[in-house]
Amino acid sequence: MIRFIPRERTPVWLTVAVPVGAGLVALLLTSIPLMLAGAPVLEALVLMAKGAAGNGFALAETLTRATPLIFTGLAAAVAFRAKLWNIGAEGQLYAGALATVAVGAGLIEAPAYVLVPLVLIAAALAGAALLLVPVLFKTRFGADEVVVTLLMNFIVLLFVQMMLEGPMKDEMGMGWPQSAPVLDEATLPKLVMGLRLHWGLVLAVLAASGLHVFINRTVWGFRIRAVGENARAARYAGLPVGKAMALVGLISGGLAGLAGASEVAGLKGYLTSDLSPGFGYAGIVVATLANLSPLGVIPSAIFIAGVFVGADSMSRAIGVSNYLADLVVAFSLLSVLVGGLLTRFRIRFVRRETA
Amino acid sequence: MNDTSLPDAAPHDTRPLVLSLSGITKRFGPLTANDHIDLDIRAGEIVALLGENGAGKTTLMSILFGHYVADEGTVHIADADGQLAPLPGGSAEAALKAGIGMVHQHFALAENLTGFENILLGTLPLWSLAPRRGAARSKIERLMAESGLAADLDVPVAQLSVGEQQRIEILKALYRDVRVLILDEPTAVLTPQEADGLAATVRALAGKGLAVIFISHKLHEVLALCERVVVLRGGAKVADRPTAGSNRASLAELMVGRAIPPRERPPSTPGAPILSLRAVDVGAPTQRDRLEGASLEVRMGEIVGIAGVSGNGQGALAALVAGLAGAHAGEVTINGAPVTRADPAARIAARVGRIPEDRHRDGTIGALSVAENYVLETIAAPENQGAGILKRAAIRVRAAQAIAAYDVRCPGPDAAIRALSGGNMQKVVLARVLEREPLLVLAHQPTRGLDIGATTDVHRRLLAARARGAGVLLISEDLDELFALSDRIAVVHAGHLSPAMESEGLDVRTVGLMMAGHAADEAA
Repeated sequence: MIRFIPRERTPVWLTVAVPVGAGLVALLLTSIPLMLAGAPVLEALVLMAKGAAGNGFALAETLTRATPLIFTGLAAAVAFRAKLWNIGAEGQLYAGALATVAVGAGLIEAPAYVLVPLVLIAAALAGAALLLVPVLFKTRFGADEVVVTLLMNFIVLLFVQMMLEGPMKDEMGMGWPQSAPVLDEATLPKLVMGLRLHWGLVLAVLAASGLHVFINRTVWGFRIRAVGENARAARYAGLPVGKAMALVGLISGGLAGLAGASEVAGLKGYLTSDLSPGFGYAGIVVATLANLSPLGVIPSAIFIAGVFVGADSMSRAIGVSNYLADLVVAFSLLSVLVGGLLTRFRIRFVRRETA
Repeated sequence: MNDTSLPDAAPHDTRPLVLSLSGITKRFGPLTANDHIDLDIRAGEIVALLGENGAGKTTLMSILFGHYVADEGTVHIADADGQLAPLPGGSAEAALKAGIGMVHQHFALAENLTGFENILLGTLPLWSLAPRRGAARSKIERLMAESGLAADLDVPVAQLSVGEQQRIEILKALYRDVRVLILDEPTAVLTPQEADGLAATVRALAGKGLAVIFISHKLHEVLALCERVVVLRGGAKVADRPTAGSNRASLAELMVGRAIPPRERPPSTPGAPILSLRAVDVGAPTQRDRLEGASLEVRMGEIVGIAGVSGNGQGALAALVAGLAGAHAGEVTINGAPVTRADPAARIAARVGRIPEDRHRDGTIGALSVAENYVLETIAAPENQGAGILKRAAIRVRAAQAIAAYDVRCPGPDAAIRALSGGNMQKVVLARVLEREPLLVLAHQPTRGLDIGATTDVHRRLLAARARGAGVLLISEDLDELFALSDRIAVVHAGHLSPAMESEGLDVRTVGLMMAGHAADEAA
């Protein structure tokens, strides 16, 4: 018989060991379908690791993929800290991407040191504005933000498709539903010549550090934590619960919007309706794996990105489906949720005594 | 220590043993919560279990009830034939089956189900509910008639008052034909008449052979009701003796390990009114806990007590003063300024110190540290932040000072407050509220669930606030507490607040009858 005994405090090493262990368990669990597919398990896992970080090029590709995941992971982490269940990072990412091309693809001509910040601000504002709506619905009318943010994703994606087929369609795009490219002055420069890695990664790391400081060191960060942990007591203590929620909405939406800007202005150069393969949703896994810690989001996003990149390369090499990557990500989420039990409870195996 | 050398209770007692704990030891990390505790209980015996919070009572009862497994020691319980058999550890199911019933201080009721459904919960297989409902109903009604435990069985438990919820809990245990009934602070929320009724019930049940373990901080109840008293301190049993020959002072000293100074309420001259209500309505007429046409004045330098069974309007009064609710009608002034809106921050700014009824849900934020909870209300004040950045070092220093000044037992200012005991949590709330020298103090059930040491401390602090010149509004269901602290006492029943009466010379029975809905002249 298994017994769960509540812990009075969680040892520090466990908060690190649990997500790391969860990642490893997820890889182990993935060996089962690999075996079923008849693939050599050990070789496949080694290929996956090599594909994710085997050489400089692979590592750069993983970091490139991690960049939007850091932004969306932060968006989920800050919102979930306040118990604002923002499932709409995908839509906010597209809103940010749309704002990026709206501002950066010829509307304004300015030198890079003006245009790049302008583009980023526009994207953050677009994402923030999009999330503010469900937050106000929640605080004013008690509308469930899970439903509203989730459904808004589809609305935004359809809106983007409409814009790409209509007013924002690139006249030089040979009929493809894509936007005009952003100007060179609005483009985030590459970090290393010849690689796809761009300055978006630096921004993402700065955002994570900034959020860490904000949450832990500022008055508003304190209020957000207080509201998230116990809104009733926060209200009793006279804290501005509604304003704190609105602020969380602005920050979370803004970060997701920056993910869109970073992808368009840093990587793709223009907007298509398949810009994101679900970065918004994967951000939830990233944040959960990071235990909602802003700094933890960085390694967590790199791990998830590595899984995607590594599985891609492995599946090509030995001819199994790259859906395995989704499987690893799903297993990671499940493992970390189970692992969360370990941080809150001590688990004892007890021999069932006969009565 | 000569307590343990006293003769144990009635070694010649011939009643059969129903429960025997021997050598129970439980450790949580470095803490020994139970240290080789032996305890025998005979059929028909009413045994008081006394001890401060943290003395090991709850751990011991949790082991008995299967929530924890003892590291060492055994539990034996009599089976149907009266033969002692070992009770398998760690199984609440086995404990229930063996006839151990417990009424917890924090209720374990499904709030969306009715009282009737709660009592039946877990006792019947789903498919036979309908045919046996009638029999169950008549059994419960018989138990209610016998015990005098009246409660509305047919409305969701959430709509019942705390007192009624507890009566449902007791009925739930009785319904299961328990052989050993554990009552954890059962009278904390009852009127004196109800408490007397419960005592009569307990005696009657014991007369039929039920063994009762009675956990209470009200020593006069223990002395009146129980025949034997077991005292735990620091995880060990320090006394096991007949109640005959014991008195309140000696029991309190055994529990705390030192003499308790008697409470003193020196005379004081009240000053100007700090809180004034004139014909105030709070809460919608459909709400259970509301106030109608309430008038009240609290002056500086006095403690005004509000007596009443919870759910009769004191919640609405507390919400109004705390800033969670506004008044629909009438006039409220705090320190002469009219108060209209529900705005907790405005009350704090008006120097109202608020001690909430539920320190877990309203008073503290469990995941935050002791220091963060200490500055919860004043986080925007210049001593706690500059330009929006927290002054973490300064906050920690002042929290550490408060921890020392209020004798909060905790690992330090950075410890999560949820790891603290109820008494220490309340000390943090008191420090937060009283350090700001409020003009008006709202103390809503400030000692509910606290042990003698912590209760004494809360009382001392409230009296100190009064001596300093603050007005104190004390809402409590504990009449001992109200009479000990209050200069004047008002009674609330069904939304109506009686005029405040001088507590000097006031009869406890009068207040009890008014709590049950009788008018003051009728009660007198």
